[in-house]
Formats: sequence, structure tokens, C-alpha cells
Amino acid sequence: MKTSSVESLAPVPTAHSATATRSSFDHRSLALLIAASNSPAWVNEHRQVAFERLESLGMPARNDENWMRTDLRLFKPQAWGPRQPPEPTEPMPVGLLAEAIAAGHGGQETFLNEPSGPVHATRSLAGKVLSLDGHVQYEQLDESLARQGVLFGPANRLLAEHPDVFKPHWFSVIDSGADWFAAMHAAFHTAGAVLFVPPGVRVTAPFYALSAITPGGVDTGHVLVVLGEGSEATVLTETAGGGGPTTRPSDGSPSPATGGFHCGGTEIVVGARAFLRIVNLQNWNDGVWHFARQKAVVHEGGRLQWTLGALGSRLSQVAQDVALVGRGAHAQVNGVMFTVGRQQLVYNTLQHHEAPDCRSDLLYKGALQDRSRLVWRGMIRVNKLAQKTDGYQRNDNLMLSSEARADSIPGLEIEADDVRCTHGATSGRVDEEQIFYAQARGLSADEAARLVVAGFFQQVFDRITIAPVREAFAQAISSRIRRLS
Amino acid sequence: MSVDSKEKLTVSGLHVAVNGQEILKGVDLEIGRGEIHALMGPNGSGKSTLGYAIMGHPSYEVTSGTIELVDADGTHHNVLEMEPDQRARAGIFLAFQRPMSIPGVRLADFLRHAVTNIRNPDRKEGQDLIPMREFRGDLKAKMAELEMDSDFARRYVNDGFSGGEMKRAEILQLAMLRPRFAVLDETDSGLDADAVRLASQSIAKIGGADMGILVITHHEQLLEHNIPHRTHVMLGGRIVESGGPELATELHKQGYERIRVAYPEAAAAEQAMTATV
Ligand SMILES: Nc1ncnc2c1ncn2[C@@H]1O[C@H](COP(=O)(O)OP(=O)(O)OP(=O)(O)O)[C@@H](O)[C@H]1O
Ligand SMILES: [Mg+2]
Repeated sequence: MKTSSVESLAPVPTAHSATATRSSFDHRSLALLIAASNSPAWVNEHRQVAFERLESLGMPARNDENWMRTDLRLFKPQAWGPRQPPEPTEPMPVGLLAEAIAAGHGGQETFLNEPSGPVHATRSLAGKVLSLDGHVQYEQLDESLARQGVLFGPANRLLAEHPDVFKPHWFSVIDSGADWFAAMHAAFHTAGAVLFVPPGVRVTAPFYALSAITPGGVDTGHVLVVLGEGSEATVLTETAGGGGPTTRPSDGSPSPATGGFHCGGTEIVVGARAFLRIVNLQNWNDGVWHFARQKAVVHEGGRLQWTLGALGSRLSQVAQDVALVGRGAHAQVNGVMFTVGRQQLVYNTLQHHEAPDCRSDLLYKGALQDRSRLVWRGMIRVNKLAQKTDGYQRNDNLMLSSEARADSIPGLEIEADDVRCTHGATSGRVDEEQIFYAQARGLSADEAARLVVAGFFQQVFDRITIAPVREAFAQAISSRIRRLS
Repeated sequence: MSVDSKEKLTVSGLHVAVNGQEILKGVDLEIGRGEIHALMGPNGSGKSTLGYAIMGHPSYEVTSGTIELVDADGTHHNVLEMEPDQRARAGIFLAFQRPMSIPGVRLADFLRHAVTNIRNPDRKEGQDLIPMREFRGDLKAKMAELEMDSDFARRYVNDGFSGGEMKRAEILQLAMLRPRFAVLDETDSGLDADAVRLASQSIAKIGGADMGILVITHHEQLLEHNIPHRTHVMLGGRIVESGGPELATELHKQGYERIRVAYPEAAAAEQAMTATV
């Protein structure tokens, strides 16, 4: 299954991309951005504060704990800046999840993806927001949901219309001063999507947001999801497009037609006894720089099932934090990573238990091919008050090449005395004996290898209760596996 | 009926080495379709090695000799040129002494791939699997015959199976794949008394006149319903003696002392093989 191919995109008109690439994230571009948007004043004030912070920050230092395993030497911040709206004729790359949902995947009769619990198989969406190069191209929301008070759409419009709903949460969840990327995002965010589900409203169809870029494009989308007390929702977000690895023309300037840059933020608020399933699939083409700061806050008795998928990008640095702030909150965090070529993906996760009787359960699974690199650094932090915490974190990696490298660094910081926290990490290879066994039953060596890798991910697929998502992940991974080296 | 018009699996002058060390030192064997052959011999004599070599395990290097499959019309196929999966698709089966586990892959899914490929030997990966309805019906029927709970098929291939469960799963696969020739490598070990009896009956029923079977065993019960046409004794990497069913009975009762005395050269090879380990 091939997604969002570069070839399908029309060439970027030279005049407009030339201006776009020369601009940078500076005073002038911030002023232009503010002038062009019709955001309310309080949103712009946030931008100004973040910009001041940005000006005091440099690139993260090589000895910064969070960044020491991320190779930023080839990342040139001056090469990137806000982008003009794309030409109206610019085609939108197609998202993997959107395709799977449209195809109605999940109803197939197969033992392989058979779930252990109830699963969503759906063809329809509750709403969607599509953006290209940081500009919203399309938005839609189911009318009956709108009548129930559900809000879903681009931040620009909804923050102006419903400050009462969104202002208390806007940039209150993630730390916009954490580093250069966080501050840049907070100052220059555009597009993205915001969602509010009123208390008690349960939505079964998924809300969908696609952030796409053209080759050489930039995306700084911000996602804010707020679930009112006792509500329920499913949110799927994904990324697509961008160019291949950055190649430099003879004059040494970065080529605008290649690569791409994403610097995003996601804030999630799960109200008391609310239930959110959310999936973020990073599927950029392999020249894209991806930086993301994502955090969820779960209130009393709330439940969160959060799945990250990563298939693309040239380099990714992701901070994924979950804060359990109310008694009995529960978070399940799933990660599915498949890396190829020279991709480098770095994840810093935090499960922060701030209240008693909470449960957090993280399972990241990665398969590494070629010379790729995958880093997971996880922390379970338990506050003094958070008695009866049940925390778990695990990272399993499957090495499909002897040149790939994976690092798993679990960590615990526990201040309470009545807790159960465990962690584990494994790293293994596909066993030739397994391949032979399957071959002896008539499976070709390739087919056997794909089955073994699919089996490796099954444990995490079992935890994803949205059928088209499992299907899309499984197919995308299967299509990336080559004969083992 | 001429000899060549019999469907058979033939092994001749087979020498096999592992890591450069010779394990099989010239094995000759001919199994006709519909025949049962018992292969016995002390631990480490090379019985499993023969099974692996027939199936094409990459670590078992055939240094000389041939393995051929002969069709009813007399066509010869050079098995040594085939990949393991081609051998399986050509109708050769090996029930493993120690089956491998494949975590995350349900036995049913694994078998559906296997059955599809073996029924359509030219299938390429990605082409349709056999219809679920048809497969499920077949699987359920076979599991019922083997007195297996149908939930068992939802478990991951050999993952956390008990010794006996693994062997029953191997018999289930034999029943589903219906090969022309099967090597059953200690399929009775790990089974309790009742399970061995059931296995013996099931294998007889699955095999019937349809299959050529090489039964590798240290026990007698499996042969109860599968009276061997021929019994072979392996020692030091060679088949030193062959006989009828009475040979199996003798070895079960009296062990291998007479054989070692009668074939001092093979006994010396056995000593040398075990000494290097
Ligand atoms: N993969 C291997 N690597 C190293 N040595 C091997 C390997 N396979 C077989 N051997 C050696 O070859 C000899 C024959 O082994 P094999 O497993 O064929 O014996 P067997 O007759 O099946 O014994 P048993 O009755 O115990 O199953 C033994 O000495 C064994 O250690
Ligand atoms: Mg053996």
C-alpha cells in the first residue's frame, strides 16, 4: 500500500516557494502571521510571550538529557519559516487512516486481527479538518453533533467563537517554554484542529485531522482536544506528504523541493469519567524533520487510550506525556514504530501519577530495518500523594538488520510508598528457525518473515480497539518489510 | 507395475554435515506412498538430522547423495534443488521434534497460509488465501477428530504450548496439509498415555493408504495402529539394519546392544560423534 506519493503533487511554483523558504521564524514573519490571521487578541498575546522566550533560546545543547540522542547537526533552522497558502490547485496528499476508514477496513473475516474486546468498525467520520502547509483547506462536522454542542474545526475560527470553552486550556497543558522547538511552535502555530465534546455526549464515529505538507513544506499545527465530564470520543490525526531527504543544490542553499519541517503540539484534556481514544500517525515522507510535544491530562475516573504510530520522517523527536491528575484515572499508551533507511526516531515519554489509585500502562513496539535508529526513554513519576499507583512501561524492539540500533531507557521516580511500578525492555531478532519452521509448512521465506513481524506487533494491535487503524498499521508495516538481511 | 511407476521418496548415499562436521555418513532409504517406515536408533544417531535434510534446513549441508521425489507417472524431482517451502508444496512434511513458537501469530492464521500454499503450489505471496468459511469448516472438523478444543486454533503458534500440546498441533497440521510423504520426528514424546493412543489412531486415519510416513520414535505405542512395513535402525549416522515390524519390537524390548556389537564400525562412529559434543 503506497501513500501520499510525492509524484502525485504538482510542482511548487518557483516564485512563491522562493519567498517562503527565505523567510524565517522572525519578528517580521510573526507580524505577518498575526496580521493575516483573525485570531482573538489573547491568542496573539500568547504568541508574543512565546516569541520572546524563543529569542532567548538556541538549539538544544548536545548534553541536554532530552536531546543528547538526537542528531541535529544537519538541521538548519534558518532554512524554514511560515509558508504562504498553497495554490488552490495543489492536491492534498491522502492519509493512510483516512483511506482505511473509507475502505471500511476492519470487517474482514480474519483470525489475525481478531480483537480480544469490542472494536469499532466504521466507515463514517464525525468530522474532519484537512490542512496543507499550515493552512486549513477543508473542514466539516456532522450536523447532529454540532446541534449537541460538539465543536470541531480550525483553531482560528473556534478560539474566536468559543473563548469560554478553549481559552482555559489553550497552551495550558504543554510547556511552551521547554526548548526552542516548543517556543517556536507556541509562537508560530497555524492550522491544526480543536475539538470540544460537551459533558455527557458520546460520539462513536471518529474525528479526523490530517496535516499534510508539500515537498519542502512546513507545518506547525496545534491540536487541542477537550472532553467534558462523562463524554466519549475517538480522534484520529495523521501526517502525510513532504519531500525525500534534503539534497543540496550546487550553491549550497537548501533545496525547497525536498524535505519538510513539522513542529507541532498536541494538548489533550480528558474530563472526569470521560473516555478518549486518540491515534496520532506520523507518516511523513522520509526527508521531513518532525518535532512534536504532546501531552494529555486525565481527570478523576477518566480513561485515555493513546496510540502513536510512526512510519515516516527523516528524524523525529517526540515528547509524549500523560498526567493522571484525578483519582482513578487510567491511561493506556501504545506505540507502533517501523523504521527504515537512515531514519532516526527519538521518543521521550512520561507517565506522571499525580493522584492516587491511577493506572498507566505503556507499550511501545518498534521494528528496525536497514541502518535506522530508534530511541525510547521512558519515565514513570509518582508523586507523594499518588498512593496505590499501578504503573507499567515496556519497550520491545525487533531488529531486522544488524546495522540498525535501538536504545531503551526506562526510568522510575517514586515518592509514594504504596505503589506497584514495573518496567521492561527487550530487543530481539527474527529467528531463522522460525522462518524454517514456517517454510516447512509451505510459506515462502518472505511471507514467513512478514508473518513473524506481524506477530511481533500483534500484542500492541490487540490493544488498539479501532479496527481500521489496526488494519492500516498492519498493512503499512507489512508493505515496508523487505527480505531480512 | 514397474518400480519406477511407484510414487516414492528416495534417499540415496546421503551425507550431511553441520558446521563442517559430518553427521550422516551415507543413508539409503526408499519410502513408497502408502507405506509406513519406522526409524529407530539411540540418541544422537542422526535421525532428526535426516528429517531436517529431507525438509531442507539451511544448517544441514548435504555434501553428497540425492533426495528425490518420484511421481506416479515416473517423473523424478530433485528435492535438493528445492527451497523448504517448495518441498512442502511438493507434498513433503516434517513434524518437528521441537516445534518453533511464533508469538503473535494465531495457529489458525498460520495454517490458513500453509493450507492455501499447499493446495495452490504456484501461489505467490499476496494472492488470495482460501476462503475463510471453507477453511474454518475444515479446521473445525479436523480439530474435532483430534479431540481438540476449537479455541486452541486462536492461540499463537506453539507459544506457551505444553510439550503435549505442541505435538497435537503438529498432528493437526499434518491432518490439514495432507502431504504425500511425512517424517514424524518423535511426535509421541511429551504425550500422555491416552494422547499417544489417540495420536496413533489419528495418524493411521490421516495417513491411510495415501501417505508415505517415516515414524521416528523411541516408543512402541505410536506404531500400534501404524504397523511399519519396514523398520530401520540408525547408528553413527548410517542405517545399519532394516527389517520388519518384529525388529521394532525387539529394539523396544532389548535396546541397541546387539546392534552395537554387530556393527562395530558404526558404534565407533557413534562414540566419535558424541565425544566431540
Ligand atoms: N544444529 C546442530 N548443531 C550442532 N550439532 C548438531 C546439530 N544438529 C545435530 N547435531 C549433532 O548431530 C548428531 C545427531 O543429532 P540428531 O538430532 O540427528 O540425533 P537424533 O538421532 O535425532 O537423536 P535423539 O534421539 O536424541 O533425538 C548429534 O551428535 C547432535 O549433537
Ligand atoms: Mg531427534
